[in-house]
Parts: sequence; structure tokens; C-alpha cells
Amino acid sequence: MNNPPENDQLSIAKYLRQDRLPHIWCAACGIGPALNCFLRAIDKSGLNPDKMSVVSGIGCSGRVAGYVKLDSFHTTHGRAIPFATGLRLANPELKAVVFSGDGDLVAIGGNHLIHAARRNIDMTVICINNFNYGMTGGQVGPTAPYDVRTSTTPYGNFESAFNLPLLLFASGASYIARWTVVHLHQLENTIVEALLKPGFSFVEVISPCPAVYGRMNKEPDGLDSLKNYVKRSIIKNGADPRETEITQNGPIVVGKFVDIIRPTLQENLAKVAAKAKKPSTK
Amino acid sequence: MTSKLVGIESSLAVSEAVKLANVDVIAAYPITPQTHIVESLAEMVANGDLDAEYIPVESEHSAMSACLGSSAVGARTFTSTASQGLILMHEVLLVAASLRLPIVMAVANRALSGPLNIWGDHSDAMITRDSGWIQIFVENGQQAFDQTLCAFRIAEHKDVLLPTIINIDGFHISHVIEPIYFLDQQTVNEFLPPYKHPYALDPDTPVTIGCFAGPNLYTESMKALDSALRESKKVILETWQKFGEITGRQYKPVEKYKTENADTILITMGSYSENAMMTIDKMQSEGKKVGLVRLRLWRPFPYEEIVEAISGVKNVIVLDRAISLGGPAPVCSEIRAALYATEKKPQIVSIVGGLGGRDISPADFITIVELGIEKIKSGKTEETIMFGVRE
Ligand code: SF4
Repeated sequence: MNNPPENDQLSIAKYLRQDRLPHIWCAACGIGPALNCFLRAIDKSGLNPDKMSVVSGIGCSGRVAGYVKLDSFHTTHGRAIPFATGLRLANPELKAVVFSGDGDLVAIGGNHLIHAARRNIDMTVICINNFNYGMTGGQVGPTAPYDVRTSTTPYGNFESAFNLPLLLFASGASYIARWTVVHLHQLENTIVEALLKPGFSFVEVISPCPAVYGRMNKEPDGLDSLKNYVKRSIIKNGADPRETEITQNGPIVVGKFVDIIRPTLQENLAKVAAKAKKPSTK
Repeated sequence: MTSKLVGIESSLAVSEAVKLANVDVIAAYPITPQTHIVESLAEMVANGDLDAEYIPVESEHSAMSACLGSSAVGARTFTSTASQGLILMHEVLLVAASLRLPIVMAVANRALSGPLNIWGDHSDAMITRDSGWIQIFVENGQQAFDQTLCAFRIAEHKDVLLPTIINIDGFHISHVIEPIYFLDQQTVNEFLPPYKHPYALDPDTPVTIGCFAGPNLYTESMKALDSALRESKKVILETWQKFGEITGRQYKPVEKYKTENADTILITMGSYSENAMMTIDKMQSEGKKVGLVRLRLWRPFPYEEIVEAISGVKNVIVLDRAISLGGPAPVCSEIRAALYATEKKPQIVSIVGGLGGRDISPADFITIVELGIEKIKSGKTEETIMFGVRE
């Protein structure tokens, strides 16, 4: 990413810590475009950026917390969601956005992801899914489809992957969508919706990692992955999450899958607190 | 014995040692700077060069938990980690020791968060000090290869049965390509007998492990574990003796370098010892009476050897690559304690440096020795010096 002009109010420049750029991401990595969509979505949502906090874990996507000029927190590996839970409950005025990768959110932090969805805490999670641990050199993770090659499965992955929309649906998330980084407009609009949605919203972003995952799976150039996404993507809003599994070469179902209303953790907490409150003696 | 000289990255030499040890199970999670070790092992397993199970778990906590399971059924078990990964394992680490499961782990030592830092120091090993694991420090790739093989023999010895960590400085050792002598399979097979845990989980002779111990038993369990760890030194010495006979490479819990006639001794641990040796050579050539003591065995702590090595000298300068926040630096603190009861106590100065990957060059070591001597002259030896800190 070249440094965007600082005085261009229409651009995302105002949301980036210029002194931290250039970023560390490899050429043609998908994290940059996804971040771009998120920053544009902040403007579009009309939310006050001064009341927004961005929390990331560890990994390439985890660097986002360090690049955005918002209140941000770069946490330990896997713990972005519990950190965000604490800050969201302690300061209800702050909107909490977790921006992190699949290895961080679904592997080492997987337990937190399902519990946050179950609680339906008011929070948005943007999950970059590039099917492997990019930063440490492309090892297999729980989002790697069966039979793909990674640095720890050189002859093919022998485990099966999570179908994230289904996992999140079963756990109770209010809003679930998935796009690839070729669907930039849709992704931006989806993030706007997710930010404005009460309860737990989850946006999965299928994203190329040309440096390691791509190199090992016949997509050594980011453009190869993008072309592949164009070919394989099927837009299907409202798709049954049971039909959104991603396989090595099969279709990638994208769209908004779940958008329901369910009491949020904050609402339920307020109700129980009201019941428990004793009349003041003062 | 045939022994082959190979130019190889130290991490890959560790993997080669693990392969020669013919491990049965490897469970690991990626973390910098350890990743090359387990990545190459995964490849060996996938290629069929190593007949083992490779379990790609979802966190280090799960890695150590899987290691517990496999070691408990009697499988030779290896893992590797660093830094945050090691401290995420902590809950299970202590259980591995108390269950007397001889897991071997290479730790590519790295600083701890926060601030987040991926470079080397000894914070991760120090915070693991009291976990009941045997801990050995190495100074280069050859030693990493050698000690990985020794670790299996030590850990699995019937009089020891304790998990063992080989501390390999992250990047400074793990990522360096060196000429390393490999051993052939037959030599390793003779040195390292097949592993047989006397109380392995086996449906034919059922045992229960990991059960509850109330106040009437907990103290005794801890005493037993502590004794086992202290007494493991005997087997460690035997193992290193035997390894020396085979390879000609001698290892000792405390290793002296040109300490005869020295009235000032510098103490280091891990990779920086090699820079320190260069410094000692230079300073001695200028007529300075300095020597070096390198600590190899961190747990069990080699009290007698350290006392033997330094009592009687005038000045001792201990370099720690970890900080104990609010307290004395860990290695220096042990050394002070070891010397307290001796009659000819040296003056001891504690220096903390090389944190989070900051280099200490041979020239810096000269400054360190000079700073230490100055501190002793000023009489303020109770103060820890943070070397190279910008204030
Ligand atoms: S390693 Fe992969 S995910 Fe990380 S920056 Fe490079 S391309 Fe992106």
C-alpha cells in the first residue's frame, strides 16, 4: 500500500496510522483490500469513529490493530474476543470490532468465538480466512480444506475444515455473511450492516495468501486466487449454512446467510440486573 | 561410529536428532522462532522418513495435552515451542512433570509479551523454572543436536522419568546455519535404548494416573518430585559421560573457560557464551585476569559445580537474559544463593541484557566486565545493572 494522501478526507487516510506504514503484508495479500472495505464501511455506517475500538489477535491479520488510527488493542494469540468482551461490557459506549485471522479466531481462540456467538454479545467480528497460518509459514489449521497442501501437510491435509457460517449459526450469531476479496462492494456494504446490527455479527472474508498458501496450492500469484474466486463463487443470500462448506476446489458460496433478531447479552444483562436491583435505601 | 559433517540450519539439526531418536508422536503448534523444527518433522513424517504420528493441534495447550496422552501410553514424544506458546502450555507442563512423563521439548527461547516481541531472550525458560522439567541450555547448533539426543536418554531413564527442555536461543541458534556433525542411526540406537515407561497406560495392567491428592498426600508427592529432579543429575552426568565417549564432545553442568588465574569471572548461559569467549580471549591477551563460566544445566540447579567453579575468585559478574520484575535476576539470584553458605564468597554483580533480541557483541562484553568491576569497587553490588538501556 502506498501512503494515501493525508488531506484526502474521502479516502481512508484519516483512519490509518501513517507513521506505521508501509505495512508488512506481502504483495497481493488479501488483508489490505479487506481492511480498506472495513475503513470505508466506518464512514458509510455513520458511526462515530471516536467511539469505535478495533481489537486483533496474533498473525498477519492481527497487524490491523496497529495500523488503524482508532482505539485499538493488539492482544495475545487467540484472545481478541475475550479482550473485546471485557471492553464492550465495561464501556458500553464503545463499539467493538474484532479484526483477526482464521488461525487466531478459529484455532487457538475457537472457544471464545463460539461462546461470544452464544452470548450474542453486541460485537462485530471480521475474520480473514486464508486457510492457513500465514505469518509462521503456512502450517495447516482448522480452516484448511481436506487435501490442500500446507507446510505441515506436504501431501495434503488429512483433517476436515470448519464450515464457519454453520459453526457460527449453531452457536447463535445474529448476523453471518461471507465474501471473498473480489466482492469488494458487497463486502463493504456487508460490514456496514454488520456494524449496525445489534448482537453478534460475523463476517468471513475469503482472502488470498499468495506467499505461502497460494504457493503451495497452485495459486502463487494473488491474481490466481482472485480469478479462482471469481470462477468458484456463487452468490446465494440466505443460503442454508449447511450448504456453505468450502472444499479444495468446490464452489465458494458467498452472501448474507443469517440476519436474525435475538436478545443481545447486553439486553439480557440489563433485564436480569433490573430484577436483582434492590430499591435504594438512601 | 561414523559421523558426518553437514552444513545445516540448527532447527533442522534438532529435527534430524528427533528423527534419529525415532520418536513415535509429535504434537505441535506453529510459533516463531520454533516453526522450522516442527515443519521439517511434519515433512519427514509425511515423506515416510519417520514412522511417527504428527498431530497438528489447535494451540500449544492442546499440543502439550496431546503429548501427555501419548507419553502416558509409552510412546516416545516430542514437541517444540517458544515464548507465548510455552507459557500457554504452563498448566499442562506442571502435570507432565508430576505424572513423570518423559516428554522432550525444544524451546527456541524468545521474549514474552508485552510488548509483543518475537526475538530471543530467556524470559520463557525462566518463567518455566519451577515446573519440574529438566532444563538444559545450549550454545550452538551442534550442541542443540547433541543435547536433543541426550535429552531422550536422560528423560526416559527409569530413575529419572521427567520431561526435559532443551533451550535453544531463538534466531541466534535456531536460524543459524552451521557445520554440524550428525551421528549415524546405529550409534544412536546403541546410545538410546527403546523407551519403556514402567507404568504406561495399558489395558492388560490398568493403572490410574493424574488422580486427586488431598492434604494428606500432596506434600509427599511434591517431595517425591523434587527428589527425583534433584537426583536426575546423576543420570545427566552419566549420559553426558557416555555421549562424550562416543563423540568426543564433552558436556558438563557448569563449564569453565580459561578460569585459571582469573580473579574476575563472567557467567553466561546460552548462545551469548560464544561471544563472551571471544571477549575473554581478547581481554586475557591484554593481560586482564578474567575468565568465563557457562551454565549448561539450569534445572536441576548444579549447586556443587557452581560453588566449585567460582568460590575463591574475587569478582563474579552474572549476565541474565531475562528480568525478574521487582526482584533479583533469576540466574544471579541462584548463584548468590549457592554461594551464601560458602566461606570464600566472591563479590557478585547482576547484569541484565540482551532482552527481546538486542545483541550483545564481543565489544559489549568488555564493557559488561568493566561495568561489573566498577560496581564492585563502588560497593553497590545489590543493584542490578540493565545493560544498554536508554533512559
Ligand atoms: S503470509 Fe500470507 S496472509 Fe501473511 S501477509 Fe503474506 S500473503 Fe498475507
